[in-house]
Amino acid sequence: MQVVKLLQKSSLTFFMFVIAVLLLFPIVITFTNSLMTEQEMGINYGPIGELIQAGGGKTNPYANLKLLPDRVTLEQYGRVLISSPVYLTMFWNSVGLVVPIIAGQTAVAALAAYAFGKLRFRGRDRLFLVYVLTMLMPFQVTLVPNYIMADKLGLLNSPYAIILPGVFGAFGVFMLRQFMLDIPYAYIEAAKMDGAGHLRIFFKIIVPMIKPGLAALIILLFVDYWNMVEQPLIFLDDPLRQPLSVYLSRISGEPGIAYAASMLYMAPMVLLFLYAETYFIEGIQLSGIKG
Amino acid sequence: MKKWGFCHAYTWKIKVAGWLRRDAAAAWLFLAPSGAGFALFFLIPFAMGTMYSFMDSVVDGHYTGLDNYRELLQSGSFRKAAANTAYFSAVSVPLNLTLSLIFALLLNGNLYLRKWLRTAYVLPLVVPVASIVLIWQMLFDWNGSLNAWLSAFGLERVDWMKTDAARNVIIVVYLWKNIGYNVILLLAGLQRIPKDYYETAQIEGAGRLRQFGSITLVYLTPTMIFVVIMSIINSFKVFRETYLIAGDYPHDSIYMMQHYMYNMFASLDIQKLTAAANLMVVGILLIVMGLFALERRYRQFME
Repeated sequence: MQVVKLLQKSSLTFFMFVIAVLLLFPIVITFTNSLMTEQEMGINYGPIGELIQAGGGKTNPYANLKLLPDRVTLEQYGRVLISSPVYLTMFWNSVGLVVPIIAGQTAVAALAAYAFGKLRFRGRDRLFLVYVLTMLMPFQVTLVPNYIMADKLGLLNSPYAIILPGVFGAFGVFMLRQFMLDIPYAYIEAAKMDGAGHLRIFFKIIVPMIKPGLAALIILLFVDYWNMVEQPLIFLDDPLRQPLSVYLSRISGEPGIAYAASMLYMAPMVLLFLYAETYFIEGIQLSGIKG
Repeated sequence: MKKWGFCHAYTWKIKVAGWLRRDAAAAWLFLAPSGAGFALFFLIPFAMGTMYSFMDSVVDGHYTGLDNYRELLQSGSFRKAAANTAYFSAVSVPLNLTLSLIFALLLNGNLYLRKWLRTAYVLPLVVPVASIVLIWQMLFDWNGSLNAWLSAFGLERVDWMKTDAARNVIIVVYLWKNIGYNVILLLAGLQRIPKDYYETAQIEGAGRLRQFGSITLVYLTPTMIFVVIMSIINSFKVFRETYLIAGDYPHDSIYMMQHYMYNMFASLDIQKLTAAANLMVVGILLIVMGLFALERRYRQFME
Protein backbone atom coordinates (compact mmCIF):
# COMPACT_ATOMS: atom_id res chain seq x y z
CA MET A 1 0.00 0.00 0.00
CA GLN A 2 2.77 2.38 0.99
CA VAL A 3 4.66 1.60 -2.19
CA VAL A 4 1.60 2.10 -4.38
CA LYS A 5 1.01 5.51 -2.82
CA LEU A 6 4.62 6.52 -3.28
CA LEU A 7 4.53 5.42 -6.90
CA GLN A 8 1.31 7.31 -7.52
CA LYS A 9 2.71 10.48 -5.98
CA SER A 10 5.92 10.26 -8.03
CA SER A 11 4.16 9.61 -11.31
CA LEU A 12 1.68 12.45 -10.78
CA THR A 13 4.56 14.76 -9.88
CA PHE A 14 6.35 13.70 -13.03
CA PHE A 15 3.27 14.33 -15.17
CA MET A 16 2.75 17.79 -13.70
CA PHE A 17 6.46 18.49 -14.09
CA VAL A 18 6.39 17.72 -17.81
CA ILE A 19 3.43 20.06 -18.35
CA ALA A 20 5.15 22.70 -16.25
CA VAL A 21 8.23 22.50 -18.47
CA LEU A 22 6.05 23.13 -21.54
CA LEU A 23 4.36 26.08 -19.85
CA LEU A 24 7.65 27.51 -18.65
CA PHE A 25 9.39 27.10 -21.99
CA PRO A 26 8.89 30.73 -23.12
CA ILE A 27 10.09 31.96 -19.75
CA VAL A 28 13.20 29.81 -19.94
CA ILE A 29 13.95 31.27 -23.37
CA THR A 30 13.50 34.77 -21.98
CA PHE A 31 15.91 33.91 -19.19
CA THR A 32 18.62 32.41 -21.41
CA ASN A 33 18.26 35.31 -23.83
CA SER A 34 18.76 37.73 -20.99
CA LEU A 35 22.23 36.24 -20.58
CA MET A 36 23.11 36.47 -24.29
CA THR A 37 24.99 39.15 -26.15
CA GLU A 38 23.18 41.16 -28.79
CA GLN A 39 25.33 39.69 -31.58
CA GLU A 40 24.49 36.13 -30.64
CA MET A 41 20.78 36.91 -30.68
CA GLY A 42 21.14 38.52 -34.09
CA ILE A 43 22.68 35.35 -35.49
CA ASN A 44 20.12 33.05 -33.88
CA TYR A 45 16.96 34.92 -34.76
CA GLY A 46 18.01 36.53 -38.02
CA PRO A 47 16.01 34.21 -40.32
CA ILE A 48 12.65 35.14 -38.74
CA GLY A 49 10.42 36.93 -41.21
CA GLU A 50 12.58 36.12 -44.24
CA LEU A 51 10.76 34.41 -47.04
CA ILE A 52 13.62 32.31 -48.37
CA GLN A 53 13.19 28.59 -48.92
CA ALA A 54 15.12 26.11 -46.86
CA GLY A 55 18.74 25.70 -47.86
CA GLY A 56 19.00 28.84 -49.95
CA GLY A 57 22.77 29.18 -49.69
CA LYS A 58 22.85 29.63 -45.93
CA THR A 59 24.00 26.85 -43.66
CA ASN A 60 20.95 27.14 -41.42
CA PRO A 61 17.90 28.96 -42.72
CA TYR A 62 15.88 28.44 -39.54
CA ALA A 63 15.78 30.45 -36.39
CA ASN A 64 18.01 28.82 -33.84
CA LEU A 65 16.35 28.24 -30.51
CA LYS A 66 19.33 28.09 -28.24
CA LEU A 67 18.93 27.17 -24.64
CA LEU A 68 22.54 27.73 -23.67
CA PRO A 69 24.25 30.95 -24.68
CA ASP A 70 27.76 30.66 -26.15
CA ARG A 71 29.00 33.29 -23.80
CA VAL A 72 27.14 34.11 -20.61
CA THR A 73 27.10 37.82 -19.95
CA LEU A 74 25.44 40.03 -17.38
CA GLU A 75 25.72 43.00 -19.70
CA GLN A 76 21.91 43.30 -20.16
CA TYR A 77 21.30 43.29 -16.42
CA GLY A 78 24.03 45.85 -15.92
CA ARG A 79 22.34 48.16 -18.38
CA VAL A 80 18.82 47.64 -17.02
CA LEU A 81 19.72 47.97 -13.36
CA ILE A 82 22.63 50.40 -13.36
CA SER A 83 23.46 52.38 -16.46
CA SER A 84 19.91 53.11 -17.72
CA PRO A 85 17.99 54.24 -14.63
CA VAL A 86 14.84 54.71 -16.74
CA TYR A 87 13.96 51.01 -16.40
CA LEU A 88 13.98 51.16 -12.64
CA THR A 89 11.90 54.34 -12.79
CA MET A 90 9.32 52.54 -14.92
CA PHE A 91 9.42 49.58 -12.56
CA TRP A 92 8.59 51.81 -9.61
CA ASN A 93 5.88 53.53 -11.68
CA SER A 94 4.28 50.11 -12.09
CA VAL A 95 4.48 49.50 -8.35
CA GLY A 96 3.01 52.93 -7.66
CA LEU A 97 -0.02 52.16 -9.80
CA VAL A 98 -0.59 48.54 -8.83
CA VAL A 99 -0.22 48.70 -5.03
CA PRO A 100 -2.94 51.35 -4.43
CA ILE A 101 -5.27 49.60 -6.89
CA ILE A 102 -4.86 46.24 -5.12
CA ALA A 103 -5.29 47.74 -1.65
CA GLY A 104 -8.24 49.89 -2.70
CA GLN A 105 -10.13 47.36 -4.77
CA THR A 106 -9.72 44.58 -2.22
CA ALA A 107 -11.18 46.75 0.56
CA VAL A 108 -13.98 48.37 -1.44
CA ALA A 109 -14.92 45.13 -3.18
CA ALA A 110 -15.00 43.04 0.00
CA LEU A 111 -17.56 45.41 1.55
CA ALA A 112 -19.74 45.44 -1.56
CA ALA A 113 -19.43 41.68 -1.99
CA TYR A 114 -20.80 41.19 1.53
CA ALA A 115 -23.89 43.20 0.58
CA PHE A 116 -24.38 41.25 -2.65
CA GLY A 117 -23.55 37.85 -1.24
CA LYS A 118 -24.91 37.72 2.29
CA LEU A 119 -27.47 40.51 2.80
CA ARG A 120 -31.01 40.70 1.49
CA PHE A 121 -32.31 43.87 -0.07
CA ARG A 122 -34.59 44.81 -2.93
CA GLY A 123 -33.12 44.86 -6.40
CA ARG A 124 -29.97 43.09 -5.22
CA ASP A 125 -29.61 40.59 -8.02
CA ARG A 126 -30.53 43.09 -10.70
CA LEU A 127 -27.95 45.60 -9.46
CA PHE A 128 -25.37 42.84 -9.33
CA LEU A 129 -26.09 41.93 -12.94
CA VAL A 130 -25.36 45.57 -13.86
CA TYR A 131 -21.95 45.24 -12.18
CA VAL A 132 -21.18 42.12 -14.22
CA LEU A 133 -22.52 43.76 -17.37
CA THR A 134 -19.86 46.49 -17.30
CA MET A 135 -17.15 43.84 -17.15
CA LEU A 136 -18.29 42.41 -20.47
CA MET A 137 -17.93 45.66 -22.41
CA PRO A 138 -14.72 45.87 -24.47
CA PHE A 139 -12.47 48.72 -23.46
CA GLN A 140 -12.63 50.51 -26.84
CA VAL A 141 -16.29 51.33 -26.21
CA THR A 142 -15.89 52.94 -22.82
CA LEU A 143 -12.61 54.56 -23.79
CA VAL A 144 -14.05 57.80 -25.14
CA PRO A 145 -16.54 58.29 -22.27
CA ASN A 146 -13.80 57.39 -19.78
CA TYR A 147 -11.54 59.98 -21.31
CA ILE A 148 -14.27 62.62 -21.09
CA MET A 149 -14.88 61.63 -17.47
CA ALA A 150 -11.20 61.82 -16.52
CA ASP A 151 -10.96 65.19 -18.22
CA LYS A 152 -14.01 66.56 -16.33
CA LEU A 153 -12.55 65.38 -13.03
CA GLY A 154 -9.16 66.91 -13.86
CA LEU A 155 -7.41 63.53 -13.72
CA LEU A 156 -5.70 63.51 -17.11
CA ASN A 157 -1.94 62.92 -16.93
CA SER A 158 -2.30 61.98 -13.30
CA PRO A 159 -1.84 58.41 -12.08
CA TYR A 160 -5.25 58.76 -10.43
CA ALA A 161 -6.87 58.50 -13.88
CA ILE A 162 -5.77 54.85 -13.71
CA ILE A 163 -5.84 54.19 -9.97
CA LEU A 164 -9.41 55.37 -9.27
CA PRO A 165 -11.15 53.29 -11.98
CA GLY A 166 -8.95 50.41 -10.83
CA VAL A 167 -10.15 50.71 -7.25
CA PHE A 168 -13.84 50.63 -8.22
CA GLY A 169 -13.69 47.82 -10.78
CA ALA A 170 -16.41 45.17 -10.62
CA PHE A 171 -13.97 42.25 -10.81
CA GLY A 172 -13.24 42.05 -7.09
CA VAL A 173 -16.91 42.48 -6.15
CA PHE A 174 -17.94 39.63 -8.40
CA MET A 175 -15.15 37.34 -7.31
CA LEU A 176 -15.46 37.84 -3.56
CA ARG A 177 -19.24 37.51 -3.74
CA GLN A 178 -18.75 34.05 -5.22
CA PHE A 179 -16.50 33.12 -2.32
CA MET A 180 -19.08 34.34 0.23
CA LEU A 181 -22.08 32.60 -1.32
CA ASP A 182 -21.82 29.32 0.53
CA ILE A 183 -20.95 30.66 3.98
CA PRO A 184 -23.93 29.33 5.94
CA TYR A 185 -26.49 31.90 7.09
CA ALA A 186 -26.53 30.03 10.38
CA TYR A 187 -23.14 31.60 11.23
CA ILE A 188 -24.46 35.09 10.66
CA GLU A 189 -27.70 34.46 12.54
CA ALA A 190 -25.79 33.04 15.50
CA ALA A 191 -23.52 36.09 15.62
CA LYS A 192 -26.55 38.37 15.46
CA MET A 193 -28.07 36.52 18.42
CA ASP A 194 -24.91 37.26 20.34
CA GLY A 195 -25.43 40.93 19.58
CA ALA A 196 -22.82 41.41 16.85
CA GLY A 197 -23.48 44.14 14.26
CA HIS A 198 -22.81 43.71 10.57
CA LEU A 199 -19.35 45.26 10.80
CA ARG A 200 -18.36 42.81 13.52
CA ILE A 201 -19.78 39.93 11.49
CA PHE A 202 -17.91 41.13 8.41
CA PHE A 203 -14.52 41.38 10.10
CA LYS A 204 -14.77 38.45 12.51
CA ILE A 205 -16.60 35.86 10.41
CA ILE A 206 -16.61 36.72 6.72
CA VAL A 207 -13.05 37.98 6.23
CA PRO A 208 -11.34 35.01 7.92
CA MET A 209 -13.47 32.60 5.89
CA ILE A 210 -12.67 34.08 2.51
CA LYS A 211 -8.90 34.26 3.04
CA PRO A 212 -8.08 31.95 0.10
CA GLY A 213 -10.35 34.11 -2.06
CA LEU A 214 -8.61 37.28 -0.90
CA ALA A 215 -5.20 35.78 -1.70
CA ALA A 216 -6.41 34.77 -5.18
CA LEU A 217 -7.92 38.22 -5.73
CA ILE A 218 -4.67 39.96 -4.84
CA ILE A 219 -2.71 37.76 -7.24
CA LEU A 220 -5.16 38.21 -10.12
CA LEU A 221 -5.45 41.97 -9.59
CA PHE A 222 -1.68 42.14 -9.63
CA VAL A 223 -1.59 40.19 -12.89
CA ASP A 224 -4.27 42.32 -14.56
CA TYR A 225 -2.89 45.70 -13.59
CA TRP A 226 0.80 44.83 -13.82
CA ASN A 227 0.12 43.86 -17.46
CA MET A 228 -2.06 46.84 -18.41
CA VAL A 229 -1.00 48.63 -21.57
CA GLU A 230 -3.89 50.60 -23.05
CA GLN A 231 -4.95 52.72 -20.07
CA PRO A 232 -1.49 54.18 -19.26
CA LEU A 233 -0.87 54.86 -22.94
CA ILE A 234 -4.05 56.92 -23.15
CA PHE A 235 -4.18 58.62 -19.78
CA LEU A 236 -0.48 59.33 -19.16
CA ASP A 237 1.30 61.55 -21.66
CA ASP A 238 4.64 61.71 -19.91
CA PRO A 239 6.72 58.63 -20.83
CA LEU A 240 8.62 58.96 -17.57
CA ARG A 241 5.42 58.25 -15.66
CA GLN A 242 4.47 55.16 -17.61
CA PRO A 243 4.76 51.66 -16.18
CA LEU A 244 7.18 49.00 -17.36
CA SER A 245 4.35 47.08 -19.08
CA VAL A 246 3.93 49.82 -21.67
CA TYR A 247 7.61 49.76 -22.57
CA LEU A 248 7.67 45.96 -22.72
CA SER A 249 4.65 45.87 -25.05
CA ARG A 250 6.67 47.39 -27.88
CA ILE A 251 8.66 44.95 -29.96
CA SER A 252 10.74 47.76 -31.35
CA GLY A 253 12.46 48.22 -28.00
CA GLU A 254 16.16 47.48 -27.76
CA PRO A 255 16.34 43.69 -28.21
CA GLY A 256 19.61 43.43 -26.30
CA ILE A 257 18.00 44.73 -23.17
CA ALA A 258 14.33 43.75 -23.36
CA TYR A 259 14.96 40.26 -21.99
CA ALA A 260 16.66 41.44 -18.83
CA ALA A 261 13.90 44.02 -18.41
CA SER A 262 11.37 41.20 -18.81
CA MET A 263 13.05 39.26 -16.03
CA LEU A 264 12.86 42.34 -13.81
CA TYR A 265 9.19 42.59 -14.80
CA MET A 266 8.37 39.00 -13.83
CA ALA A 267 10.28 38.91 -10.53
CA PRO A 268 7.62 40.53 -8.28
CA MET A 269 4.99 38.04 -9.44
CA VAL A 270 7.14 35.11 -8.37
CA LEU A 271 7.72 36.63 -4.94
CA LEU A 272 4.05 37.57 -4.51
CA PHE A 273 2.84 34.14 -5.50
CA LEU A 274 5.28 32.26 -3.29
CA TYR A 275 4.14 34.43 -0.40
CA ALA A 276 0.38 34.30 -1.06
CA GLU A 277 0.46 30.61 -1.89
CA THR A 278 0.45 29.63 1.80
CA TYR A 279 -3.19 30.76 1.94
CA PHE A 280 -4.05 28.07 -0.59
CA ILE A 281 -2.81 25.29 1.68
CA GLU A 282 -4.33 26.39 4.98
CA GLY A 283 -7.91 26.00 3.88
CA ILE A 284 -10.67 26.74 6.32
CA GLN A 285 -12.59 24.85 8.89
CA LEU A 286 -16.34 24.96 8.46
CA SER A 287 -17.00 22.36 11.10
CA GLY A 288 -19.51 22.96 13.87
CA ILE A 289 -22.61 24.05 12.03
CA LYS A 290 -23.67 22.47 8.79
CA GLY A 291 -25.64 24.34 6.16
CA MET B 1 -27.71 68.16 32.19
CA LYS B 2 -24.56 66.34 31.35
CA LYS B 3 -26.16 63.09 32.35
CA TRP B 4 -29.20 63.75 30.16
CA GLY B 5 -26.94 64.46 27.17
CA PHE B 6 -25.16 61.20 27.73
CA CYS B 7 -28.48 59.36 27.93
CA HIS B 8 -29.67 61.01 24.78
CA ALA B 9 -26.55 60.08 22.90
CA TYR B 10 -26.92 56.59 24.21
CA THR B 11 -30.49 56.09 23.00
CA TRP B 12 -29.51 57.64 19.67
CA LYS B 13 -26.68 55.14 19.41
CA ILE B 14 -29.06 52.26 20.09
CA LYS B 15 -31.42 53.54 17.43
CA VAL B 16 -28.66 53.75 14.86
CA ALA B 17 -27.36 50.36 15.87
CA GLY B 18 -30.86 48.93 15.50
CA TRP B 19 -31.26 50.49 12.10
CA LEU B 20 -27.87 49.19 11.08
CA ARG B 21 -28.86 45.72 12.11
CA ARG B 22 -31.56 45.64 9.49
CA ASP B 23 -30.14 43.94 6.43
CA ALA B 24 -31.29 46.35 3.76
CA ALA B 25 -29.93 49.45 5.50
CA ALA B 26 -26.62 47.77 6.24
CA ALA B 27 -26.42 46.55 2.66
CA TRP B 28 -26.63 50.06 1.24
CA LEU B 29 -23.93 51.25 3.64
CA PHE B 30 -21.63 48.40 2.64
CA LEU B 31 -22.35 49.16 -1.00
CA ALA B 32 -21.90 52.92 -0.77
CA PRO B 33 -18.13 53.26 -1.40
CA SER B 34 -18.15 50.80 -4.28
CA GLY B 35 -21.40 52.10 -5.76
CA ALA B 36 -20.30 55.73 -5.88
CA GLY B 37 -17.03 55.01 -7.70
CA PHE B 38 -18.62 52.37 -9.86
CA ALA B 39 -21.31 54.77 -11.11
CA LEU B 40 -18.74 57.45 -11.89
CA PHE B 41 -16.10 55.34 -13.65
CA PHE B 42 -18.10 52.45 -15.11
CA LEU B 43 -21.84 52.94 -15.22
CA ILE B 44 -21.92 56.43 -16.76
CA PRO B 45 -19.25 55.63 -19.39
CA PHE B 46 -21.09 52.39 -20.14
CA ALA B 47 -24.39 54.21 -20.64
CA MET B 48 -22.72 56.87 -22.82
CA GLY B 49 -21.02 54.22 -24.91
CA THR B 50 -24.27 52.36 -25.44
CA MET B 51 -26.05 55.56 -26.46
CA TYR B 52 -23.60 56.16 -29.30
CA SER B 53 -24.81 52.98 -31.00
CA PHE B 54 -28.21 54.60 -31.63
CA MET B 55 -26.81 57.79 -33.15
CA ASP B 56 -25.44 58.76 -36.53
CA SER B 57 -22.44 60.66 -35.14
CA VAL B 58 -20.74 61.05 -31.76
CA VAL B 59 -20.57 64.85 -31.97
CA ASP B 60 -24.00 66.52 -32.26
CA GLY B 61 -25.45 63.24 -33.41
CA HIS B 62 -29.08 62.49 -34.10
CA TYR B 63 -31.00 59.53 -32.88
CA THR B 64 -31.24 57.01 -35.70
CA GLY B 65 -32.78 54.03 -33.96
CA LEU B 66 -31.50 50.68 -35.07
CA ASP B 67 -29.87 51.84 -38.33
CA ASN B 68 -26.35 51.08 -37.10
CA TYR B 69 -27.39 47.58 -36.12
CA ARG B 70 -29.05 46.93 -39.46
CA GLU B 71 -25.94 48.03 -41.33
CA LEU B 72 -23.80 45.92 -39.04
CA LEU B 73 -25.75 42.72 -39.59
CA GLN B 74 -25.48 43.20 -43.34
CA SER B 75 -21.71 43.69 -43.24
CA GLY B 76 -19.78 40.63 -44.36
CA SER B 77 -16.72 41.37 -42.27
CA PHE B 78 -18.82 41.71 -39.13
CA ARG B 79 -20.49 38.38 -39.76
CA LYS B 80 -17.14 36.72 -40.37
CA ALA B 81 -15.71 38.25 -37.20
CA ALA B 82 -18.73 37.14 -35.16
CA ALA B 83 -18.59 33.59 -36.51
CA ASN B 84 -14.84 33.29 -35.89
CA THR B 85 -15.20 34.62 -32.36
CA ALA B 86 -18.05 32.26 -31.59
CA TYR B 87 -16.02 29.32 -32.89
CA PHE B 88 -12.92 30.34 -30.98
CA SER B 89 -14.81 30.75 -27.69
CA ALA B 90 -16.81 27.57 -28.15
CA VAL B 91 -13.62 25.53 -28.55
CA SER B 92 -11.14 27.27 -26.29
CA VAL B 93 -13.27 28.06 -23.25
CA PRO B 94 -14.43 24.47 -22.52
CA LEU B 95 -10.90 23.23 -23.23
CA ASN B 96 -9.50 25.79 -20.83
CA LEU B 97 -12.02 24.84 -18.13
CA THR B 98 -11.34 21.11 -18.40
CA LEU B 99 -7.57 21.45 -18.40
CA SER B 100 -7.42 23.96 -15.57
CA LEU B 101 -9.80 21.88 -13.44
CA ILE B 102 -7.60 18.81 -13.91
CA PHE B 103 -4.44 20.77 -13.10
CA ALA B 104 -6.01 22.49 -10.10
CA LEU B 105 -7.19 19.16 -8.66
CA LEU B 106 -3.76 17.63 -9.10
CA LEU B 107 -2.00 20.69 -7.69
CA ASN B 108 -4.35 20.57 -4.72
CA GLY B 109 -3.44 16.95 -4.09
CA ASN B 110 -0.32 15.29 -2.83
CA LEU B 111 2.75 16.08 -4.94
CA TYR B 112 6.45 16.54 -4.45
CA LEU B 113 7.67 20.14 -4.83
CA ARG B 114 4.04 21.24 -4.87
CA LYS B 115 4.80 24.87 -4.05
CA TRP B 116 7.20 25.19 -6.99
CA LEU B 117 4.91 23.35 -9.38
CA ARG B 118 2.06 25.70 -8.50
CA THR B 119 4.26 28.68 -9.17
CA ALA B 120 5.22 27.24 -12.56
CA TYR B 121 1.57 27.03 -13.61
CA VAL B 122 0.80 30.65 -12.87
CA LEU B 123 4.00 32.18 -14.22
CA PRO B 124 2.81 32.51 -17.86
CA LEU B 125 0.41 35.18 -16.59
CA VAL B 126 3.15 37.75 -16.21
CA VAL B 127 5.22 37.29 -19.33
CA PRO B 128 5.31 40.73 -20.96
CA VAL B 129 3.56 41.18 -24.30
CA ALA B 130 6.74 41.82 -26.29
CA SER B 131 8.37 38.62 -25.05
CA ILE B 132 5.30 36.61 -26.00
CA VAL B 133 5.35 38.10 -29.47
CA LEU B 134 9.07 37.45 -29.94
CA ILE B 135 8.84 33.84 -28.77
CA TRP B 136 5.68 33.32 -30.83
CA GLN B 137 7.63 34.40 -33.89
CA MET B 138 10.59 32.20 -33.00
CA LEU B 139 8.27 29.19 -32.86
CA PHE B 140 5.61 29.82 -35.50
CA ASP B 141 7.39 31.86 -38.16
CA TRP B 142 7.92 30.35 -41.65
CA ASN B 143 11.57 29.97 -40.66
CA GLY B 144 10.75 29.32 -37.02
CA SER B 145 11.80 26.50 -34.75
CA LEU B 146 8.62 24.49 -35.13
CA ASN B 147 9.18 24.27 -38.87
CA ALA B 148 12.83 23.47 -38.27
CA TRP B 149 11.80 20.47 -36.16
CA LEU B 150 9.21 19.42 -38.74
CA SER B 151 11.78 19.45 -41.52
CA ALA B 152 14.23 17.59 -39.32
CA PHE B 153 11.67 14.79 -39.25
CA GLY B 154 11.29 15.09 -43.02
CA LEU B 155 7.84 16.68 -42.88
CA GLU B 156 6.48 19.60 -44.91
CA ARG B 157 6.71 22.89 -43.13
CA VAL B 158 3.54 24.80 -42.33
CA ASP B 159 2.90 28.50 -42.71
CA TRP B 160 1.37 28.67 -39.26
CA MET B 161 0.04 32.20 -39.27
CA LYS B 162 -1.18 32.39 -42.86
CA THR B 163 -3.26 29.21 -43.14
CA ASP B 164 -6.17 27.75 -41.21
CA ALA B 165 -3.57 26.51 -38.72
CA ALA B 166 -3.53 30.06 -37.33
CA ARG B 167 -6.80 29.28 -35.57
CA ASN B 168 -5.18 26.52 -33.57
CA VAL B 169 -2.06 28.55 -32.86
CA ILE B 170 -4.24 31.21 -31.22
CA ILE B 171 -6.07 28.61 -29.17
CA VAL B 172 -2.74 27.23 -27.94
CA VAL B 173 -1.48 30.69 -26.99
CA TYR B 174 -4.77 31.46 -25.19
CA LEU B 175 -4.59 28.21 -23.24
CA TRP B 176 -0.93 28.72 -22.37
CA LYS B 177 -1.63 32.16 -21.01
CA ASN B 178 -4.94 31.56 -19.25
CA ILE B 179 -4.74 28.16 -17.60
CA GLY B 180 -2.84 29.72 -14.70
CA TYR B 181 -5.56 32.29 -14.20
CA ASN B 182 -8.20 29.60 -13.70
CA VAL B 183 -5.86 27.41 -11.66
CA ILE B 184 -5.48 30.23 -9.11
CA LEU B 185 -9.25 30.67 -8.85
CA LEU B 186 -9.98 26.96 -8.66
CA LEU B 187 -7.26 26.33 -6.05
CA ALA B 188 -8.80 29.04 -3.90
CA GLY B 189 -12.27 27.59 -4.55
CA LEU B 190 -11.16 24.10 -3.55
CA GLN B 191 -10.04 25.41 -0.15
CA ARG B 192 -13.62 26.50 0.48
CA ILE B 193 -14.81 22.89 0.61
CA PRO B 194 -14.69 21.62 4.21
CA LYS B 195 -12.50 18.55 4.59
CA ASP B 196 -15.04 16.79 6.82
CA TYR B 197 -17.46 16.47 3.90
CA TYR B 198 -15.00 14.11 2.25
CA GLU B 199 -14.42 12.25 5.49
CA THR B 200 -18.15 11.69 5.96
CA ALA B 201 -18.48 10.54 2.36
CA GLN B 202 -15.61 8.11 2.83
CA ILE B 203 -17.20 6.62 5.92
CA GLU B 204 -20.43 6.22 3.99
CA GLY B 205 -18.46 4.31 1.37
CA ALA B 206 -18.56 6.78 -1.53
CA GLY B 207 -15.84 6.19 -4.12
CA ARG B 208 -13.45 8.80 -5.44
CA LEU B 209 -15.50 9.53 -8.55
CA ARG B 210 -18.66 9.81 -6.52
CA GLN B 211 -16.96 12.24 -4.12
CA PHE B 212 -15.78 14.34 -7.04
CA GLY B 213 -19.24 14.44 -8.61
CA SER B 214 -21.34 15.10 -5.54
CA ILE B 215 -18.98 17.13 -3.35
CA THR B 216 -16.20 18.80 -5.36
CA LEU B 217 -18.22 19.79 -8.42
CA VAL B 218 -21.27 20.84 -6.43
CA TYR B 219 -19.43 23.03 -3.95
CA LEU B 220 -17.25 24.47 -6.67
CA THR B 221 -20.33 25.86 -8.47
CA PRO B 222 -19.95 29.54 -7.41
CA THR B 223 -16.25 29.51 -8.30
CA MET B 224 -16.91 27.71 -11.58
CA ILE B 225 -19.49 30.29 -12.62
CA PHE B 226 -16.94 33.02 -12.05
CA VAL B 227 -14.26 31.03 -13.88
CA VAL B 228 -16.49 30.48 -16.92
CA ILE B 229 -17.37 34.16 -17.24
CA MET B 230 -13.76 35.26 -16.77
CA SER B 231 -12.58 32.70 -19.34
CA ILE B 232 -14.95 34.20 -21.90
CA ILE B 233 -13.84 37.75 -21.08
CA ASN B 234 -10.17 36.75 -21.19
CA SER B 235 -10.61 34.95 -24.49
CA PHE B 236 -11.07 38.38 -26.07
CA LYS B 237 -7.74 39.53 -24.70
CA VAL B 238 -5.62 37.31 -26.97
CA PHE B 239 -6.28 40.06 -29.45
CA ARG B 240 -3.40 42.16 -28.09
CA GLU B 241 -0.77 39.59 -29.05
CA THR B 242 -2.56 38.46 -32.22
CA TYR B 243 -2.66 42.03 -33.40
CA LEU B 244 1.08 42.52 -32.84
CA ILE B 245 1.84 39.34 -34.77
CA ALA B 246 -0.63 39.47 -37.64
CA GLY B 247 -1.71 43.11 -37.92
CA ASP B 248 -5.20 44.54 -38.40
CA TYR B 249 -6.19 42.27 -41.29
CA PRO B 250 -4.85 38.82 -40.36
CA HIS B 251 -5.65 35.50 -42.01
CA ASP B 252 -9.41 34.99 -42.48
CA SER B 253 -9.67 32.27 -39.86
CA ILE B 254 -8.47 34.55 -37.04
CA TYR B 255 -10.27 37.75 -37.94
CA MET B 256 -12.12 38.23 -34.63
CA MET B 257 -14.65 40.67 -33.22
CA GLN B 258 -11.78 42.45 -31.54
CA HIS B 259 -10.16 43.07 -34.92
CA TYR B 260 -13.42 44.37 -36.30
CA MET B 261 -13.95 46.66 -33.33
CA TYR B 262 -10.37 47.84 -33.38
CA ASN B 263 -10.62 48.69 -37.06
CA MET B 264 -13.87 50.57 -36.46
CA PHE B 265 -12.16 52.40 -33.63
CA ALA B 266 -9.16 53.27 -35.78
CA SER B 267 -11.41 54.67 -38.50
CA LEU B 268 -13.33 56.57 -35.78
CA ASP B 269 -16.58 54.81 -36.60
CA ILE B 270 -17.58 54.86 -32.92
CA GLN B 271 -21.25 54.16 -33.68
CA LYS B 272 -20.47 50.89 -35.45
CA LEU B 273 -17.93 49.97 -32.80
CA THR B 274 -20.46 50.41 -30.00
CA ALA B 275 -23.21 48.66 -31.94
CA ALA B 276 -20.90 45.67 -32.50
CA ALA B 277 -19.84 45.69 -28.86
CA ASN B 278 -23.46 45.82 -27.70
CA LEU B 279 -24.40 42.84 -29.80
CA MET B 280 -21.45 40.95 -28.39
CA VAL B 281 -22.33 41.93 -24.82
CA VAL B 282 -25.92 40.78 -25.32
CA GLY B 283 -24.59 37.44 -26.54
CA ILE B 284 -22.39 36.96 -23.47
CA LEU B 285 -25.14 38.28 -21.22
CA LEU B 286 -27.41 35.42 -22.27
CA ILE B 287 -24.73 32.97 -21.12
CA VAL B 288 -24.23 34.91 -17.89
CA MET B 289 -27.95 34.92 -17.10
CA GLY B 290 -28.12 31.19 -17.73
CA LEU B 291 -25.25 30.69 -15.28
CA PHE B 292 -26.93 32.86 -12.67
CA ALA B 293 -30.12 30.83 -13.00
CA LEU B 294 -27.99 27.77 -12.26
CA GLU B 295 -26.50 29.58 -9.30
CA ARG B 296 -29.95 30.37 -7.90
CA ARG B 297 -30.74 26.67 -7.93
CA TYR B 298 -27.47 25.99 -6.14
CA ARG B 299 -28.31 28.54 -3.45
CA GLN B 300 -31.75 27.05 -2.90
CA PHE B 301 -30.13 23.66 -2.61
CA MET B 302 -27.72 25.00 0.01
CA GLU B 303 -30.44 26.50 2.21
